Amino acid sequence: MTAPISDTIFQAYGLVKRYGHVTALDGADFELRAGEILAVIGDNGAGKSSLIKALSGAVIPDEGRMLLDGKAVHFHSPIDARTHGIETVYQDLAVAPAMTIAENLFLGREILKSGLLGRCFKIIDKKKMLSEAIRHMQDLKIGIRSMSQAVETLSGGQRQGVAVARSTAFAKHVVILDEPTAALGVKEGNMVLELIRRVRDRGLSVILISHNMPHVFEIADRIHIQRLGKRVAVVNPKNISMSDTVAVMTGAKNPEDLPEDAHA
Amino acid sequence: MRHHLHRLPPLSSLGPCIALLVAALFFSTQSSHFFSGQNFSLILQQSMVVGVIAIGQTLIILTGGVDLSCGMAMALGSIIITKFATDFGLPPVLAVACGLVVCTLVGLVNGALVTKVRLPSFIVTLGTMNIVFAITQLYSGAQTVTDLPDALQFFGNTFRLGQTSITYGTLLMLALYVLIWFFLRNTAPGRHIYAVGNNREAARLTGIATDRVLMKVYMLAGFLYGVAALLSVARMGVGDPQSGQTENLDSITAVVLGGTSLFGGRGTVTGTLIGVLIVGVFRNGLTLMGVPSVFQVLVTGVLVILAVATDQFTHKKG
Repeated sequence: MTAPISDTIFQAYGLVKRYGHVTALDGADFELRAGEILAVIGDNGAGKSSLIKALSGAVIPDEGRMLLDGKAVHFHSPIDARTHGIETVYQDLAVAPAMTIAENLFLGREILKSGLLGRCFKIIDKKKMLSEAIRHMQDLKIGIRSMSQAVETLSGGQRQGVAVARSTAFAKHVVILDEPTAALGVKEGNMVLELIRRVRDRGLSVILISHNMPHVFEIADRIHIQRLGKRVAVVNPKNISMSDTVAVMTGAKNPEDLPEDAHA
Repeated sequence: MRHHLHRLPPLSSLGPCIALLVAALFFSTQSSHFFSGQNFSLILQQSMVVGVIAIGQTLIILTGGVDLSCGMAMALGSIIITKFATDFGLPPVLAVACGLVVCTLVGLVNGALVTKVRLPSFIVTLGTMNIVFAITQLYSGAQTVTDLPDALQFFGNTFRLGQTSITYGTLLMLALYVLIWFFLRNTAPGRHIYAVGNNREAARLTGIATDRVLMKVYMLAGFLYGVAALLSVARMGVGDPQSGQTENLDSITAVVLGGTSLFGGRGTVTGTLIGVLIVGVFRNGLTLMGVPSVFQVLVTGVLVILAVATDQFTHKKG
């Protein structure tokens, strides 16, 4: 085991997760550096989603340990992970469609009126929520005209924008994005990629799960390759070809055969 | 273009208003007695019991559920209130408190079965509807409770406002509508009810304790059925174990007519109030026209199907 590098913010060692006879995670390691976009790729059944679920608290691993900012953490639920500053944007767009953008941004964490009204009657401060929503969306350069329109009136890309904006508004350390560009067209996909860059530039670390290799190569700083329940390599997208990456992912190529500078 | 559209009220909230106006206009042309303050006050008075039940029903339908036990819970509440006041000689305030507690407990049982045992609310409340009905009959011996203290009938009393006499109970109903309207619109727990009905999993993932929200909704609805029991006792002057049977389905009718979606997450109590008034206006207007009551039931049935079809249509489009 290597000593934690100073700029590593979130790490996991020897994660094991079994479902009956199936071993989804077979001693997987993981390391996320501060302020980077780390893509996690892997074939179906490589344990990619189990890994992400363990990191986001949706699944409790059978074995292994996780460190956040150098301190051991044990997540029992997604809410647990969230209180530690790790926000997850789920693939199936976890938004309430009939509610407004501002309401969705603050869902479960509404801004209450100050004083007695807020504390005793939990009366929400709609004005403040609206202005905060506008400020936050402008920070992320998400071009939506009105924060008081229902989320269901938005396009797929805009909805994804709302989901990403919500996670970044509250994340202290890490944002996990599960297939954020999956259901989107070219233009909208690029819009979301641009948004992910801005999230990183604000100092957050991003874990990006994606099947879309061009997107991964376009924005990832490093790529974590998951195979057969383990991490087989972490590569530098600047020094490796897309086809070599896919070859390692599918097992067609041994990661030890990669040139030295391809590793990250 | 698109950003202007969301500012207009959606079809589902405009439709009920138009329906109510059209119905009122129609009956005004059919009966000279219809368009008067006294008649409107009467419609409100006839609607106050189902009106309060429909508030609880709205809350439950907003979470994506439905409550078939509401009328039976109300009947049990009215028997508890009247029997505790007469048989045990409890002070009326205490008897009413007991009725409210029992109705809240019915809600608690419904909520617990929905959240802990994860049964569909339709099945749960179908069961409790029958159980609560049986308990009401057993406890009352299927006998109407009479000789009530005057205090229990306070909300059936009227005061005069110009030419019109107004029932205190209707004021209580309207006050509850304002209160719940504000609660749903402007408080965090109120918004969480919409979130749970809209996308329960999303609500859970954002950290809302969805089961706790559901429990509170079912208990609050139960409490409101207790208030409706008090109004029913006040209006009829007796504790009637057979009451609540038309209110049971009428409350669902009113909620749906008011534009609240049976899929959950969309709707308002103001819409429900309009739905209650639509049912009330039809009943009243057809009576004034001398139409036999069986046709009133027929018309209500047609209205419900129309309202649900509209809901289905707008939901699919959106």
